[in-house]
Amino acid sequence: MGIEASVSPWLGKLSLSALPTDSVVAMGAALIAVLGALGMAGYITWKGKWRYLWREWFTSVDHKRIGIMYVVLALVMLARAVIEALVMRLQQADAVNQSGFISAEHFGQLFSTHGSIMIFFMAMPFLTGIINYVMPLQIGARDVSFPTLNSISLALTAAGAALVMISLILAPFSTGGWSGYAPFTELSFSPGVGVDYWIWAVTLGSIGSTLTGINFAVTLYKQRAPGMDLMRMPLFCWTALCTSILMIFAMPALTVATALLALDRYLGMHFFTNDGGGNMMLYANLFWLFGHPEVYIVVLPSFGVFSELFSTFSAKQLYGYTSLVIATLTIAVLSFTVWLHHFFTMGQSAHINAVFGIATMLIGIPTGVKIYDWIFTMFRGQVRFPTPLLWGLAFLVTFVIGGLTGILLAIPPVDFLVHNTTFLVAHFHNMLIPGTLFGMIAAYQFWFPKAFGFRLEERWGKLAFGCWVVGFYLAFMPLYVLGLEGMPRRSAQVFDPSLRPWLLVAAGGAVLITLGLAALVLQLAVSIRHRDRNRVPVGDPWDGRSLEWACSAPPPEYNFARIPQVDARDAFWAMKQSGTAYMPPPRYDAIALPQSSAIGPVLGGLALAAAFGLVWHIWWMAGLGVLGSIGAVIVWTFVPRPERTLSAEQVARTEARWYAAIAEATPASRDAEHATSNRGLAQGGA
Amino acid sequence: MNGRIHPGINLRAGDQQPTTEGVMFGFWVFMMSDAVLFALLFAVYASLSGNTADGPDARQVFKLAPAALETGTLLLSSFTFGLASLAMKYRQSMAWLQGMLAATLGLGVIFLGLEIHDFMDMARQGALPQVSGFLSAFFALVPTHFLHVAFGCVWIVVVMLQLRVFGLTHTTRTRLLRLGLFWHFLDIVWVMLFSFVFLRGLL
Ligand code: HEM
Ligand SMILES: [Cu+2]
Repeated sequence: MGIEASVSPWLGKLSLSALPTDSVVAMGAALIAVLGALGMAGYITWKGKWRYLWREWFTSVDHKRIGIMYVVLALVMLARAVIEALVMRLQQADAVNQSGFISAEHFGQLFSTHGSIMIFFMAMPFLTGIINYVMPLQIGARDVSFPTLNSISLALTAAGAALVMISLILAPFSTGGWSGYAPFTELSFSPGVGVDYWIWAVTLGSIGSTLTGINFAVTLYKQRAPGMDLMRMPLFCWTALCTSILMIFAMPALTVATALLALDRYLGMHFFTNDGGGNMMLYANLFWLFGHPEVYIVVLPSFGVFSELFSTFSAKQLYGYTSLVIATLTIAVLSFTVWLHHFFTMGQSAHINAVFGIATMLIGIPTGVKIYDWIFTMFRGQVRFPTPLLWGLAFLVTFVIGGLTGILLAIPPVDFLVHNTTFLVAHFHNMLIPGTLFGMIAAYQFWFPKAFGFRLEERWGKLAFGCWVVGFYLAFMPLYVLGLEGMPRRSAQVFDPSLRPWLLVAAGGAVLITLGLAALVLQLAVSIRHRDRNRVPVGDPWDGRSLEWACSAPPPEYNFARIPQVDARDAFWAMKQSGTAYMPPPRYDAIALPQSSAIGPVLGGLALAAAFGLVWHIWWMAGLGVLGSIGAVIVWTFVPRPERTLSAEQVARTEARWYAAIAEATPASRDAEHATSNRGLAQGGA
Repeated sequence: MNGRIHPGINLRAGDQQPTTEGVMFGFWVFMMSDAVLFALLFAVYASLSGNTADGPDARQVFKLAPAALETGTLLLSSFTFGLASLAMKYRQSMAWLQGMLAATLGLGVIFLGLEIHDFMDMARQGALPQVSGFLSAFFALVPTHFLHVAFGCVWIVVVMLQLRVFGLTHTTRTRLLRLGLFWHFLDIVWVMLFSFVFLRGLL
């Protein structure tokens, strides 16, 4: 794979040898990616939808559309990363005392892309998408504070994801894992372009996330509807705020780490090299100074989602709201104080290890508080068990198990025994899958009817849920055992036949998870087919409590014809109780909305060109991308951007349609939420 | 909506412009993130500054006089920018405003020139970023500030052009306000650089 290929002025290091022709599996994956992309493009062309996509979606600055695009990106990347996980599990089950069906080099690329994608291009876009969609509605705002910046963040993230997809075809990717530890990722040990792919993909993603964090934090501070004090915000908004703050302060550490690594690799500097006065522990510190807060960046929004779910589906106010807020803030602060537990074994003193071990265990306290609050929220509530809540229950149990193993790892002597074994792999998947992914899937199931105006089919949802949860236990519990037996993580082959049964169980679990993913896809397809019987145009199918349920489904582009006045926590619920929900305002005003803008996709394209050029040392392309981006921004600041105004009559017409739907609908009782008679008007509101 | 109004925003008496509030606050938050970036580069420098790997050390390659001159230039440019901001708010004279911006730009460019001269000087003594961890860290930290200033200069040019094209509108005013924050922020970062890199290195 053209590692020492000659460098041409036009194509840099790129040559035909970059095609992964030496491995059937890699070639197959590349073909699937190419055919998938071509098929998609062909389909859009055939339907004649390019113009529509460009005008209504890619250049849109509406937070709701941007949110949906983020989630689509996350789901596509999830599919790729789950399949990679499956391949790794099958390989390890196969490669007991033999080389298995993929090479060690390819295995290294698989865990690197799998981890990097799952964290940067699945979890981050997913939660960013959900926050984008839901948070402005929950605080009664028309949009985020910087709608165009929002579109730019999305484009940068998508460019990073595209770069990882390209590496499937113009290989290889890094073998340095999602953490890219130096000095392995330095030029002397990884001379190919793989690490460069990782560097630039991650850098684009982290710049996108920094901007997103700024945007969300400012929105939450400045755009709340009148009366929505901080302590009246839905808990999801609180977690969104803490996540944003973590992004603002933690992402720069990643940017510095990848930038300095790039300086080492491109300009021969000595930050993390073995020689020349470099210090690889500096890399570990920088990376985990970002990396540990990152695990809370991805988990906090799920905590918010579950808080909304438990309260909505128990028809009760959230138990211990204040303690949940304090716990969330505490976790956010503590997350910056524990990063050293990622390298207990790398030579610092026992005292330091003790301090960081104890700091780590402290995080268990606020997390425990949350678990009890959620349980007490359900206690004596009118609990229903639709799919979103099922994910919540599975989370509650599974996350506690993962947390307990985390406490074990926080004990330095224990960590010395099991770090770098599959015990660790089991632990972090035990946190990330229920804690992040289940939360995001639940959010998707919960808010889908709001976003698209129809519910998802329950039956397929439950099937997907069953596959995921059973699959999860089968896939990861054996890894605890394997880890205690001493099986190292990230190993392409296994040399102890007694491990094989556990590996087979784990592989079976991965198959089930893959089926679960397929069931989610089928659920979507079936639900789109039967959308007419599942429509909920009025917008409140679950007897919701916060403001996003107070508008139609899908919401009009301006969200609220009149910015709501908030008088209580659970604002919409209070309105329903006092009979003020669904009250048309005395008159409508014209509404100014931001113009859509091409600057996002343009910058995304230029950033992708710059990154690709840098990876392959195609300097003209890199230069074009960088200078082009600067030029595009300058030009853009000269373009006047008049606001688009919806006249009062247009607003009145849209709202009238909604009020007609309200008048037509009969209120649905909680038990009949999934009946076709539920048109999105809940009994609580009637 | 909530809370107080940013002090710079009441550009003219009675002109509170609450919509600008979010924009200014957002820029402050961006600068916090940028400050974290600088803080980390400082930390990297602190941890590598002893790793000279048989190359020259700080005492051999830093010179106090040019660094002090650069400090003076940048401080003066902050002062001229302050005059520009006052001109925007009180004097309302476009010529004076543009003049002060031009002076700031000129000082900024002089600063960049002096720094390039320093870097070349170091290179002539063999103090290249490839030589040691210490020099790598130096050339990550100080040129990052350099790039920020260069970026600020481009921004000044853009804003001066926009003042010509659009005049003193709401948009150009708030852009000027943000540019001002950025420029003063760079000044503060430089003072830190001067103290912790140059003074500490030479003492
Ligand atoms: C969907 C089911 C999943 C399966 C079957 C799975 C399986 C695996 C496997 C086999 C590895 C490699 C372990 C080794 O090298 O020995 C791995 C690593 C990893 N996974 Fe997953 N995974 C799944 C989901 C996730 C999710 C949802 C996330 C994050 C949100 C995630 C994050 C990671 C990370 C960060 C690594 C470490 C990669 C590295 O070693 O650098 N995984 N996973
Ligand atoms: Cu950690």
